[in-house]
Amino acid sequence: MAFLDHVAILQVAVPLLAAPLCVMLPGRHLPWALTLSVSWFTLICSVVLLSEVSAGGSIAYHLGNWPPPIGIEYRVDAINALVLLVVSGISAIALPYARTSVEHEIEPDKHGLFYTAYLLCLTGLLGVTITGDAFNIFVFLEISSLSTYVLVATGARLDRRALSAAYTYLVLGTVGATFFVLGVGLLYMVTGTLNLADLAERLPPLAESRVVQAAFAFVVAGMGLKLALFPLHAWLPNAYAYAPSLVTVFLAATATKVSVYVLLRFVYTVFGHEFAFIEPVLAWLVLPLAVIAMLAGSVVAIHQDNLKRMFAWSSIAQIGYMMLGLALANASGLTATVLHLFNHALMKGALFMALGGVMLRIGAVSLTSVRGLAREMPWTFAALVIGGLGLIGVPGTVGFVSKWYLILAAIEKGWWLLALLIAAASLLAVIYVWKLVEAAYLQPAPQDRERVRDMPPDMLIPLWVLALANIWFGVDAGLTTSVAGTVVHAFLGGGS
Amino acid sequence: MRHHLVLRVVSKLLIPFMLLFALYVQFHGDFGPGGGFQAGVIFAAAFILYALVFGIDHAREVLPERVLRYLVPAGLALYTLTGFAGIVLGGKYLDYDVLGSTPTAGQHLGILLVEFGVGVTVSAVMVTVFFAYAGRTRDVDEEDW
Repeated sequence: MAFLDHVAILQVAVPLLAAPLCVMLPGRHLPWALTLSVSWFTLICSVVLLSEVSAGGSIAYHLGNWPPPIGIEYRVDAINALVLLVVSGISAIALPYARTSVEHEIEPDKHGLFYTAYLLCLTGLLGVTITGDAFNIFVFLEISSLSTYVLVATGARLDRRALSAAYTYLVLGTVGATFFVLGVGLLYMVTGTLNLADLAERLPPLAESRVVQAAFAFVVAGMGLKLALFPLHAWLPNAYAYAPSLVTVFLAATATKVSVYVLLRFVYTVFGHEFAFIEPVLAWLVLPLAVIAMLAGSVVAIHQDNLKRMFAWSSIAQIGYMMLGLALANASGLTATVLHLFNHALMKGALFMALGGVMLRIGAVSLTSVRGLAREMPWTFAALVIGGLGLIGVPGTVGFVSKWYLILAAIEKGWWLLALLIAAASLLAVIYVWKLVEAAYLQPAPQDRERVRDMPPDMLIPLWVLALANIWFGVDAGLTTSVAGTVVHAFLGGGS
Repeated sequence: MRHHLVLRVVSKLLIPFMLLFALYVQFHGDFGPGGGFQAGVIFAAAFILYALVFGIDHAREVLPERVLRYLVPAGLALYTLTGFAGIVLGGKYLDYDVLGSTPTAGQHLGILLVEFGVGVTVSAVMVTVFFAYAGRTRDVDEEDW
């Protein structure tokens, strides 16, 4: 029972086993300790997996020893190893932070159930990423989505609007998942297989089939909803704004990224370039929507008073960047998407962690309530500024690296206007980040607010780990760009 | 429901057979139609019938919610642990071949175990959902509508 032989399945099966055990654990500290150790275990697994596949090649694991395409296969290559690292890494960093934050925000007798839902969400997201079976993606997607609805709804203790946010997310998320499974069903109908690698071999001769084209449309629409591509983003701002802090950190950093990965996988591996109908869909549908998301998301973010909502709208804009890279479909564009998937997780993880600390100290996260707070919580707001600089794309932060590739991709195509629009969206980010900086640093503190201390160290250290990662991967992007290079090479079949 | 003599007598007669039939569907599921999900639903239906006829408080005495709280995850844990048993015994995750002395015996044992896990979780969830709804007190009084 060598660890290396089974690392792919342990990545998913250990959190899956931990979830039912977590319900049975008494008290508040044991469930947290279990979730923490499982998160660290999954991080170790994904580091091992990434180091095995980063040079190219892939790892396959056949569940129950049934060979594919009959059995379910887990297949890890560079792209999903990177996404696994994002999901498990954010979870591992967020869990030490979680103890104080969750104790403040969740009813004491619900901690076991809360962490169980969290573990199921982690299982689902890791499962979607690692599996090489189209229907298995749907199953894990539902595991993660159903637990996410519960997690969002637990925010109701602080703000009752979490309930309606969770309900909206439930309805729209279910529509998205249903569209996806309809697409998978159509593919199964014409090919008789659910294995992604097998689908990729059997689909090219069927490129002219209406059924295959409809399947593609269903998959794109379903995943578009799940990843909150404009105009299918309506569920996102409220879900992020009213969820408990830990949930917002985890979801904002991972959930939409996993959906972006699934879309990348379907567009570039399962369907591939042989399909003439994909290019116009990307160029005439996804690209304009991505540009609108980029601009509209930022403009709406400027007008938000609730900071969690502000950064939720900024997430919609940032997803626009990722989809733009995907739609540009050249090497630089895809590199930008893969890099931004990783980098945005770092930025939004840090930003929402900092807001969680503000929530802990003053119980609100609006522009008016944080006036003058930077003098009282200097470390928290310094990290917020680093994350904000990343959103703008200032050199030296992670945001710069991915935007650089994105602008490069637009220029390579000769689309100067698009490059200008990307820069314009960055300028819009300057405005909303500046509004936060101005309120926190330059305005006087309201008289009626009591003086507060900075975040406790167990929350501050994870926050700063992420904040420093924002700078580290911005200055030394060697690891991320080399993985992105491997991914793009695999997607485009040799740098076309 | 005190005056519904026929209902009480008939359901008292029926409930043991429902439970027995559920167990048949459960453990015959690898040979004939059936399996954990169907068996779990039938098993839970017996409890729900009991709760409908004799009142939810009696049903809660038979199957307290603190027990249900452990039964729901226990089924999933059984399923997952069967998977891990495959790894420990030298096969892959959920590999039933290595569970028994021969692959056939292993497959037999494996499917029985995971289906039993499904049955436990499904019946416990059905009863929990029923208790949760049936046990709800009204938020708004009848007169306040």
